[in-house]
Amino acid sequence: MKMMKTVLATAIASSFVMGATAQADDHGMSDNELRIGYLADMSGTYRDLAGPNGETAMRMAIEDFGGSVNGREITVLSADDRNSPDVASSTVREWIESDKVDMVQGLVASSVSIATTKVTNGTDTLALVNGSAASSITNEHCTPNHIHWTYDTYPLANGTAQAVVAEGGDSWFMVTADYAFGHALEADVTKVVESNGGEIVGGVRHPLSTDDFSSYMLQAQASGADVVGLANAGGDTVNSIITAGEFGLAQSGQTVAALLLFLTDVHALGVETAQGIQLTTGWYWDKDEEARAWADRFYEETGARPSMVHAGIYSSTMHYLKGVEATGSDKAADVRAWMADNEINDMFAQGGYVREDGRMVHDMYLAEVKTPAESENEWDLYEIVRTIPGDQAFRPLSESKCPLVR
Amino acid sequence: MATTDTKISAAQLAKQAENRRRNIFYLVLLALALVAPFVAYPVFLMKILCFALFACAFNLLLGYAGLLSFGHAAFLATGGYMTGFLLSTYSITPEIGIITGTLASTVLGTFFGILSIRRQGIYFAMITLALAQMVFFMYLQADFTGGEDGLQGVPRGNLFGIFDLSNNLTMYYFVLAVFIFGFLLIQRTVHSPFGQVLKAIRENEPRAISLGYNTDVYKLVAFVISAAIAGLAGSTKTVVFQLASLGDAHWHMSGEVILMTLVGGVGTLFGPVLGAGFVLTLEHQLSQSFLGDWVDVILGVIFVVCVLTFRAGIVGEVQKFMKKNFN
Repeated sequence: MKMMKTVLATAIASSFVMGATAQADDHGMSDNELRIGYLADMSGTYRDLAGPNGETAMRMAIEDFGGSVNGREITVLSADDRNSPDVASSTVREWIESDKVDMVQGLVASSVSIATTKVTNGTDTLALVNGSAASSITNEHCTPNHIHWTYDTYPLANGTAQAVVAEGGDSWFMVTADYAFGHALEADVTKVVESNGGEIVGGVRHPLSTDDFSSYMLQAQASGADVVGLANAGGDTVNSIITAGEFGLAQSGQTVAALLLFLTDVHALGVETAQGIQLTTGWYWDKDEEARAWADRFYEETGARPSMVHAGIYSSTMHYLKGVEATGSDKAADVRAWMADNEINDMFAQGGYVREDGRMVHDMYLAEVKTPAESENEWDLYEIVRTIPGDQAFRPLSESKCPLVR
Repeated sequence: MATTDTKISAAQLAKQAENRRRNIFYLVLLALALVAPFVAYPVFLMKILCFALFACAFNLLLGYAGLLSFGHAAFLATGGYMTGFLLSTYSITPEIGIITGTLASTVLGTFFGILSIRRQGIYFAMITLALAQMVFFMYLQADFTGGEDGLQGVPRGNLFGIFDLSNNLTMYYFVLAVFIFGFLLIQRTVHSPFGQVLKAIRENEPRAISLGYNTDVYKLVAFVISAAIAGLAGSTKTVVFQLASLGDAHWHMSGEVILMTLVGGVGTLFGPVLGAGFVLTLEHQLSQSFLGDWVDVILGVIFVVCVLTFRAGIVGEVQKFMKKNFN
């Protein structure tokens, strides 16, 4: 009997749900509000590079746009994903089903981004991924409902490795985080170094979240390689750099190349420790007049200089809102198509465009951390060494595993 | 004679009345659970049910056998990964996936149990933690788990090939059924002679040995049952969220389940359920509020307050209060 009741209840309930979804129009604004959900790590490891300041960046974009679009008020929801794909998946599901959220912004940990895009896929909600590094987000995990905006691991490995080899650093020692992300980065770097005539002379793998890097750095030093490549992220990279500084790798003539390092990390390390490190970044606040002007406004709001992720959040929100205005629709498919058809020219990117796999292609920059003598203030951290043109920076479509690319 | 008769019957009557009260209580809860998805968001309710089951499994070990396992995340994750892997690789129905996931956890639990139950107290906790960390790093490295990206996009499929689980309500009632099954299993275990022996071991192990019980076997069986139900919770969770991630295997998860159980009430049947509901609701509400940055701090404070002032947990304290004032 209970079974029967359950089946009956389910049948009744599901007919309600179907009825509700069938009501929405195919085109045009779905209701009288445009809702944007901001989902990011607000309390954990990635708090600094996106976190609450990312929400500020997003709100700046909404304010600059006028606070409403097509006569509809723009409302913001925000949540802490706690770096957990479970939390992300349930939050985004609830946002879509109960709150009718039209766009999800932020998205830092790659597991969170992939979980989110699996939920948005097939709905009318668009996801804009800004904080994540994994290039798989627009490769095997691509969906028509998301765009990956700021950067990914492909240009990080490509840009830094190519530039360092070109400057004569042709023997490399890799310090790799021993899990999928580190392995992928190491493989990318190896490919680039070898195809440019360099050589990987050795390497060592360390477990995720290691505190003591001394034995790894001593091995790196003993290897006599020109370059020590750090294929790790977050706290591991910071600890590696501190240890490398303590053992005087720079003094013994070795260059440290960090493959994933954010402005906020460098700020935390200080130029004394981080000086001379080469890295690839999607954006730098001091790169030109427009970026500086925006960064100044951001500084007034938050008391910090924006990371590339903050800038990406502002830029992508702005482009999205323009898309909603131009198409008069808040459906993911319509806005996504507009966003792909129109170039991005703003404080973040010049001539940026969105590919069919959801990758936003824009110029990346090879930067070197300034020395204490060169650095004029606490946020004056990078010297832009070279611009990597967008079409060389990102994974070419010919190598793509994304089913949307034909 | 007559007085003893009336005494016995009075005691029996009291017992019957208590049983009736308990049955009514459970029926009311069941009714609430059946209508809940029409009031609250079903996916969130499913999450609470999965974690409640996980906490109940943990409580079976801590509350009734007195063994504090610090490695229960390993069972949750094993169930989850196994189910997720099977469902995304082979076209099998979800119940087969969940059963296989639960079996995998049971096997792992047997192995963990044999190694760890020979020690007590902090040593037991440390051995389970060490084993669980090994499992964590194994899942971090293994190909089929997707590393730190996790196993994503696991299809929910059709239950028994008939009921479409992609509908949240169908999914909810299935999860509720799984939860009730697990809960009843634990309830039966606790109230059986086996459960009585476990409690005896918890109170005084040497005495239980001197009474002729082979305590190692009892503890091992309790450990395996607990691991199996934790695996069941993990498997079900994977089907609900359509993903299995490293977070489930992380020691944080083992810590969180301790928090849930402690807040709800160790050694009470219903405590872990309430604790899971409380902790998850708090996390959910806080993460969407302006206090978002403070979730961990607030949970930490609650833990400390709980340990310092109401050690029996919410349900335990309520039971004490009732006993004191109404009996």
